[in-house]
Amino acid sequence: MMLEVEQLDAFYGEQQALFGVGFGLDEGRVRTLLGANGAGKTTVLRALSGMVRHAGEIRFSGERIAGWATEDIVRLGIAHVPEGRGTFLRVTVEENLQLGAMSRRDRAGIAADIEQVYEHFPRLKERRQQQAGTLSGGEQQMLAVGRALMLRPRLMLLDEPSFGLAPLVVAELFAILHRVNREMGVAMLIVEQNATLALDLAEHAYVLETGRIVMDGPSDVIGADESIRRAYLGY
Amino acid sequence: MSASSEELAAKEAVAIAPAAAGAGQRRGMWIAAAVIVAFLIPLFARDFLTFQLTQVMVYALAILGLNLLTGFNGQFSLGHSAFYGIGAYTTAILMSRWGVPYFWTLPAAGAVCFAVGFLFGLPALRLQGLYLALATFALAIAMPQILKFQPLEAFTGGVQGLVIDKPDPPFGLPIDADQWLYYFTLAVLLVMFAGAANLVKSRTGRAIMAIRDNPIAAAAMGINSALYKTLTFGVSALYTGVAGALGAIVVQFVAPDSFSFLLSVSFLVGLVIGGIGSIPGCLIAGLFVLFVPNIAESISTGLAGAVYGVILLLVIFVMPSGTAGFIRLVVARLSRLRQF
Amino acid sequence: MELLLQQVLAGLATGGIYACMALAVVMIYQAIDHLNFAQGEMAMFSTFIAWQLIQWDQPYWVAFIAAVVLSFIGGVAIERVLFRPIHNAPILSSLVAFIALFSILNSGAGYLWDYTIKTFPTPFGNKPFLGLTLISTHQAGMIGVTLGMLGLLYLFFRGTRLGLAMRAAAANPESARLVGIRVGWMTALGWGMAAAIGAVAGMLIAPVVFLEPNMMLGVLLYGFAGAVLGGLTSPGGAVAGGFLVGIIENLAGTFIPYFGRELKLTIALILIVAVLMVRPSGIFGRQVVTRV
Repeated sequence: MMLEVEQLDAFYGEQQALFGVGFGLDEGRVRTLLGANGAGKTTVLRALSGMVRHAGEIRFSGERIAGWATEDIVRLGIAHVPEGRGTFLRVTVEENLQLGAMSRRDRAGIAADIEQVYEHFPRLKERRQQQAGTLSGGEQQMLAVGRALMLRPRLMLLDEPSFGLAPLVVAELFAILHRVNREMGVAMLIVEQNATLALDLAEHAYVLETGRIVMDGPSDVIGADESIRRAYLGY
Repeated sequence: MSASSEELAAKEAVAIAPAAAGAGQRRGMWIAAAVIVAFLIPLFARDFLTFQLTQVMVYALAILGLNLLTGFNGQFSLGHSAFYGIGAYTTAILMSRWGVPYFWTLPAAGAVCFAVGFLFGLPALRLQGLYLALATFALAIAMPQILKFQPLEAFTGGVQGLVIDKPDPPFGLPIDADQWLYYFTLAVLLVMFAGAANLVKSRTGRAIMAIRDNPIAAAAMGINSALYKTLTFGVSALYTGVAGALGAIVVQFVAPDSFSFLLSVSFLVGLVIGGIGSIPGCLIAGLFVLFVPNIAESISTGLAGAVYGVILLLVIFVMPSGTAGFIRLVVARLSRLRQF
Repeated sequence: MELLLQQVLAGLATGGIYACMALAVVMIYQAIDHLNFAQGEMAMFSTFIAWQLIQWDQPYWVAFIAAVVLSFIGGVAIERVLFRPIHNAPILSSLVAFIALFSILNSGAGYLWDYTIKTFPTPFGNKPFLGLTLISTHQAGMIGVTLGMLGLLYLFFRGTRLGLAMRAAAANPESARLVGIRVGWMTALGWGMAAAIGAVAGMLIAPVVFLEPNMMLGVLLYGFAGAVLGGLTSPGGAVAGGFLVGIIENLAGTFIPYFGRELKLTIALILIVAVLMVRPSGIFGRQVVTRV
């Protein structure tokens, strides 16, 4: 397993937000974390990136990364597209992509990758010299994904990529994510409230409730489950 | 599921809340004990120490004023030396030119400073953070210049300043003038500290702090930010002004250069060391402002400034949230240990 | 009218000092989000180091470069040792750290080199510039160097990878970490650069105001005022602000004779505050729009 998480606890100050969370992810696979607001899904991703105080075991390609600084975790090849996108608003679209490759040194490779991101997201190419803050929500989300791709990641952590986006845009985005996973072999861990989309893209799903994993299984099984359907799929 | 200490601590965080009721009683006991000790000190101490402790109380009151504005309301001020100076000069002018008894000059100084503070607070509404700092800084720089201003010399005594007579103890009490001033200052201090504590606990106080913590949310809740911010400026100036008035009476002398920007800096340093947003912390602040520069000087006259700086750094490193924050941390840790 | 023009030019000349200082102030502000109140003392200390090297018979340029390099290292060290440990503390606590640094440097300089006024050489000479008596070759050189530094900084920040990384780290530290930028070192680098710029400022200012431990007090105040006036988000604005302050100070001193010399600083500050009333983020500053 590329990513293995065991007995993960996480804390915001004195408050505990995750209780003994455990899961895994193989190379090139896509899995999703579902759950209601406040269940702790975002916290899981933030713990993986070292952005929140945590305890427990996290292993990435055999390397124990629990307690590492964010910058070092990122340099192992884990790209995190955070909640709210984390766009650098005051610099241009192209500079945002260049920033995504900040930990790399191969200039030719970086230039080629920027072109490939533009191929995935033509609308970004149109706006390459525009200030990122002037982009629409959907475009900023694409930029965030593009920036993550610039890392040439082995694992992408996506936090609510569909948030605040129109359905057509979301469909487009998820299609691109599917393509990236298939063509480039990038593994993905997606946190989503939009369970339908997530279960469509991912092979395996976990459901979180108040900081604990309460369900764990293949997407079709989870998707067929009565309680899940009522709570998260709306029928 | 692991029974980590953090998990237990999370449970304790909830358990500590009911204990707060008992803490209120304990607090009252601490305050009573402190007041009794404060009352007894001048009866056993040398005159000079009494004088110094009176000054400590004056500074504590001045810093409380700054605390109300910066600590509780989040408005940054580098200009409180000006309010202190206005209060001091109000007293000096009233006493030396018009023979007003010293105790009446205190409310006068307070009223004048409240007005000035309120008026300054009005344009200050437009300025945030560092820009406000610059404006208050301008005020601090202007004050000594205004006090030395030629046409006003008839009032202010110009560069030489004014001298005030030391008040005698009233009703023929069997204590000397220094001790009387100590008790007088102590009484004013207690009244004003109690006033501040009540203000902070009241609805007004909560509004003031809400404005500091989240101005947008406060406005959205219907709090009249503009009114509260200017009022706080006024009250803050009032407190520091009354302190200035007391200071003038205690030192019996006012001169323009005593109320320079350096005094503002001292207040700010004291505020941070005592603890932003802590009322009892102001007393520690007063102690720090009076005694530490002297200590630094006694360690090394040539490098007094450097020693002072090193002391500041040591204090900040050990107690980044000031003394009050540090004590709170220690108490919290201790109570957590007790729960085992 | 002619007097006005003369005074404006004279103001520009003296304003060069403030512009230089304002640039250093804004640089650090962009790196760490605070004003460095000890900036002037750091510059003064650097200048003393240069002076000492010159006393030891080093040529001017050696002393200049050595002072700049040592200041850079010193700036990085100060950030790592002093400010990094308290970066999670409330903002006012770092203010106390600045004041402490100020005290230590001021007192230290006085102890090491005493308070007698010393002269500091200038590489530009002190003749009238292009025949104008209002502005000397040194003052012209000072303005030139300030503008040159501004140009270099612009190129650095807009044109290099490292510059981009620094801008990102200052604007959005969390996102910067998520792309692998070592934010802590970017901050330290910002401090080093500001210290180096401050050293240059100090060495340009010393020939005019003469070298002694308290030489930078007034200059720093005006530098701050200039930076705030121009807008803390804009290095170009800060430089412009510095020049403006020089002009305002000069005009106030000349045309408001009743208040005269003593109130010059006060008048200047009041005028600046008046400007801030109209443009609360400074003349060239960007209005920060926060989404609720």
